[in-house]
Amino acid sequence: MTPNKPETNTEDPARIAGFEARIAAGETIEPKDWMPERYRRQLVRMMSQHAHSEVVGMLPEGNWITRAPTLRRKMSLLAKVQDEAGHGLYIYCGTETLGVDRHELIQQLLNGTAKYSSIFNYPTLSWADIGAIGWLVDGAAIVNQTMLAKASYGPYARAMVRICKEENFHKRQGYEIMATLSAGTPAQKRMAQDALDRWWWPSLMMFGPHDTDSPNSDELLRWGVKRKSNDELRQRFINLTVAQAKAIDLVIPDPQLAFDEKTQNWLIGPIDWDEFWRVVRGNGPCNQERLAARRQAHDDGEWVRVAAAAYAAKQARAESTSEAA
Amino acid sequence: MNAPFEYLLRLGDDRIILGHRLSEWCGHAPILEEDIALANIALDLIGQASLLLGLAGKIEGQGRDGDALAYLRDAVEFRNALLLELPKGDFAVTIVRQLFFSVFALLQAEALERSSDQELAGIAAKAVKEFRYHVRHSADWVLKLGGGTTESQNRAQRAVDDLWRYTGELFLADDVDRAAAASGFGVDPSTLENAWSETVRDVLARAGLTIPDVSYMQRGGRTGRHTEHLGHLLGEMQILARSHPGASW
Repeated sequence: MTPNKPETNTEDPARIAGFEARIAAGETIEPKDWMPERYRRQLVRMMSQHAHSEVVGMLPEGNWITRAPTLRRKMSLLAKVQDEAGHGLYIYCGTETLGVDRHELIQQLLNGTAKYSSIFNYPTLSWADIGAIGWLVDGAAIVNQTMLAKASYGPYARAMVRICKEENFHKRQGYEIMATLSAGTPAQKRMAQDALDRWWWPSLMMFGPHDTDSPNSDELLRWGVKRKSNDELRQRFINLTVAQAKAIDLVIPDPQLAFDEKTQNWLIGPIDWDEFWRVVRGNGPCNQERLAARRQAHDDGEWVRVAAAAYAAKQARAESTSEAA
Repeated sequence: MNAPFEYLLRLGDDRIILGHRLSEWCGHAPILEEDIALANIALDLIGQASLLLGLAGKIEGQGRDGDALAYLRDAVEFRNALLLELPKGDFAVTIVRQLFFSVFALLQAEALERSSDQELAGIAAKAVKEFRYHVRHSADWVLKLGGGTTESQNRAQRAVDDLWRYTGELFLADDVDRAAAASGFGVDPSTLENAWSETVRDVLARAGLTIPDVSYMQRGGRTGRHTEHLGHLLGEMQILARSHPGASW
């Protein structure tokens, strides 16, 4: 299926102007519509990164499924990780409307040329990390995805509406884990604070570089793929989260955190962008392990996929023979 | 002997242990669709275990709930069949085991729908629907693996060869089972063997897989004589609950 493969590399400026006028008028772009090749490629990039993030994101949380402390927690976590697999599948299918197939994208993930959210290159060291990921990582994802649910590309926007609903549920679950731990034994409380200490800054980095350093932002905003800038979204997340931390008696690990009466925003200290770029470039604590785990699962499953395809081919042959007979 | 309590432990432990093993696949399955399907089956099993162990605790009347029974018993106190605690192995082992257990569990649940205990009958009624899907899922895959490639056929055959000697235990009946059956609470597992055998042999035959000759069927799980694998499984499953005595999660 290649409805949107580029017809030509030279695109008519009048056509682009028409396309941009549609977006400016708030119209939604659908798979059959003409779109600039850059627009298509930016969407493939964003959507595949998103799908890869869901799939790689299964690993840090999956790390605690076998150790979840109660049957209820075990089921919730298993269901959450299962939802992520579902989101991954759903968004991979979304990219197929742009003329790329899932296998091609998975190859890019496995050979290291595709990106996924850097947050999943941090380790889950305690049960509280499962709470922190739900609360902070899914919380940040929701802020971002609520905006993407208004994106100009129809299939992506619709996927985001559905995914956001589930992410909201995950976030509440994560926050509830943190609240329970914070109100629990001293050891549980320490566990919760330690998880917040480790996940706070990486969560803020999830929104990407400052607007002044974000190479893709202008174009994405102009084409209505993004509706708000990285810094606007980050500020929204901070404002929501500071109050939530206070409510469960946990301390945001930022001595410079201060409320600005004039803007009604919580202002934070400097983000360590060296760390951000280090992890993006492959030197985070778990980059190697995450990709190795995905490759291992892929390699170990190769014989299963080959067998399923061979069986399907035999069935198809048998059917056509019996029809001919 | 509290037969209903012991009987429910067997049901609950089969499900929590197999559910745990299946959950180990999450994030590591051959295709994303199977990450979802195996997690789904694991969720069904753990959900049933939670209800069954909860009911066991209530009947025991010693103040233990489902979590206490799952997380605070040692390996020798577990009552699951050995088949279910074996390592997940490759995808063929996981699927063949799932077929063996699901066919058994479906027959068992269909019989338990008529239990004299309303709560157990209710749990079984819901489980029947779930097990129907588990049987379909695993039988479909056994056919694909058996009829796929030489490698998948070999792997599936090896799984059948390795696991077959653990299937006999599912149908062994002792005083607990007989007492539970006599009172109308439970079902005597030996009465399920013929129907099980018919279904499983049919699927294996259609998949081109053969049943090995085994001179002895392994047993022991129902009385707490387990394989070495169970201790490691519980070591992982129970670590957090045991490290923080009395804590709520």
